[in-house]
Amino acid sequence: MASAKEEILQRIRNAKLPATPETVRGYNRTGEGGVELFAERVADYRAIVHAVNDVPEALQRLQGKRIVAPQDVPPEWLIDGVTWLHEPLTIEELDQADGVLTGCAVAIADTGTIVLDGGEAQGRRALTLLPDYHLCVVRADQIAASVPEALQRLEPTRPLTFISGPSATSDIELNRVEGVHGPRALEVLIVT
Amino acid sequence: MARNPVTWLGSPTFPKAAKAALNDTQLRQNLRKATGTIRGRRAAAVAEMTDWEMLRVAGEQIKDDVLARLDTLLLQLEESVTARGGVVHWARDAEEANRIVLDLCRAENAQEVVKVKSMATAEIGLNEALEAGGVHAIETDLAELIVQLGDDRPSHILVPAIHRNRSEIREIFQRRMGVEVSDEPADLAEAARVYLREKFLTTKVAISGANFAVADTGSIVVLESEGNGRMCLTLPDTLITVMGIEKLVPTWQDLEVFLQLLPRSSTAERMNPYTSVWTGVTPGDGPQKFHLVLIDNGRTATLEDSVGRQALRCIRCSACLNVCPVYERTGGQSYGSVYPGPIGAILTPQLVGDMHDPLAASLPYASSLCGACFEVCPVRIDIPSVLTHLRAEVVEAKGRTAESVAMAAAAWMFASASRYEKAQKAGSLARFLAKDGKITSLPWPGSKWTSSRDVPAPPAESFRTWWRKNRG
Repeated sequence: MASAKEEILQRIRNAKLPATPETVRGYNRTGEGGVELFAERVADYRAIVHAVNDVPEALQRLQGKRIVAPQDVPPEWLIDGVTWLHEPLTIEELDQADGVLTGCAVAIADTGTIVLDGGEAQGRRALTLLPDYHLCVVRADQIAASVPEALQRLEPTRPLTFISGPSATSDIELNRVEGVHGPRALEVLIVT
Repeated sequence: MARNPVTWLGSPTFPKAAKAALNDTQLRQNLRKATGTIRGRRAAAVAEMTDWEMLRVAGEQIKDDVLARLDTLLLQLEESVTARGGVVHWARDAEEANRIVLDLCRAENAQEVVKVKSMATAEIGLNEALEAGGVHAIETDLAELIVQLGDDRPSHILVPAIHRNRSEIREIFQRRMGVEVSDEPADLAEAARVYLREKFLTTKVAISGANFAVADTGSIVVLESEGNGRMCLTLPDTLITVMGIEKLVPTWQDLEVFLQLLPRSSTAERMNPYTSVWTGVTPGDGPQKFHLVLIDNGRTATLEDSVGRQALRCIRCSACLNVCPVYERTGGQSYGSVYPGPIGAILTPQLVGDMHDPLAASLPYASSLCGACFEVCPVRIDIPSVLTHLRAEVVEAKGRTAESVAMAAAAWMFASASRYEKAQKAGSLARFLAKDGKITSLPWPGSKWTSSRDVPAPPAESFRTWWRKNRG
């Protein structure tokens, strides 16, 4: 008897579909872009956005809190007066932290999206998932104008998380409510 | 062969179920409110895009290309997933897929698994099969949880509990979670957060579906809103993903089209809160065991139909449900399947693959052919054309029936002016049978028509009679 794989492939071949012409990509590849549009679109999701020059100064808002930070965030981010939690961290420790501070890989102006790829200043995925508050630092040069531009900058085989605002649901009468399982508060610092 | 669980066992045909649903005023109110809200928001989200039509065309062409090269692309996907430490399984039908997943759960000694909302697993009846095998599946999407705790059935692709309003949801949560909660959506969401938190942190096996799988990189993509998806895709040791064989895109670049089309069409957002992408296993981050189960379950048979196969382009956004006048009035459960609404009316019968099945054969008629579904479909599935094509198949499967005899008689009558007039005069008698201007039951062969819909009563005087009297 043929295996499931062989049988499925054979059935597909039996359908004898004709080849299709090449895809017409007439849509926009880029967009207006820019810090302002990104900030406006992030704020639309009811995230908190600030444009800042001096990151350590802006991080004063974390005073007195217990904050998770990946090992490789810039050393000047680790200001005094904050209890910094570094890996290795258990799931329970992450769950009990007040928040998490990270950088990002890419951001998208059109959609107000931040993309994490586990690279520099981001850590593994659980770090930005369990704490109830996520503070993300975005450099102006990391902001791509459009979705196509952003995907081009990313390495697909890394574990990626696209974040557009705090966690939300539209499951009750199709109205958006912020805050379910992921961080209920998202704050973004755009470094200009 | 076992029956395909894409339709629910014992469900009545669409007209029977719809008739019952139409009497449920609460249901109609809930649906009108919810679909009205989302229709307006979707229109605004789409109007913002000057290149929307070009994105739709590209979406259609990419998906057609996937179907044309499906065998090659599936092999490519298998190779790239395997190279990155994943294990790929193939399943001909629901029964085979369920057995594979159950065996994988047993191999991990899992009595409980957490699940991300997935149409593919709903289609194959996975939860029921796991339960029968001693494994309890916990739905973690808010709407799926409402359906599961309410011992209910889903009625919408995106929001399975769309038929429930906030006070009904409050009642279900209080009864099943044993907590006091208000009917404020924020409080209900908080109750779900507390209820599921412990499960997320301790459960070792998760099951998900997939929105897209990228053939050339082996990357799997899941779009969601609540973060329950991220929990399931990140925290457990083992991840089992079940997806239909048509969910592929050829390259990473192709995602740039669908990541724009899907959120705006489905939740009417520029982007959904969370999208996760993973490729096999990443050491030190996320599940260290990854299984991908590819299911056919009627898809290859659908592929053989040159008109019907476009249903396989579907990306499960549910925009067609939200604009459908039939769906808005009858609700999703009337369709007797996890795939309701216009897309369900063409996809379900094809996956069942048997037009002698009374429910499947009734679904292509669950439409007024108004065409609103085609207008909003992000991958340009011409649903009205597929509906009429499938109706022809239903008629062919039925052979010469009372209905086809009645239709032939009607054609004979309409073909001649005098015959038509005679029939109209006879028809004015029908006013005596009519109540409130509607005829609800005609004598045979007309009963074949009125058993599933009402006919407006003919006027006391036909237009032709009136014209002759006044103008002739």
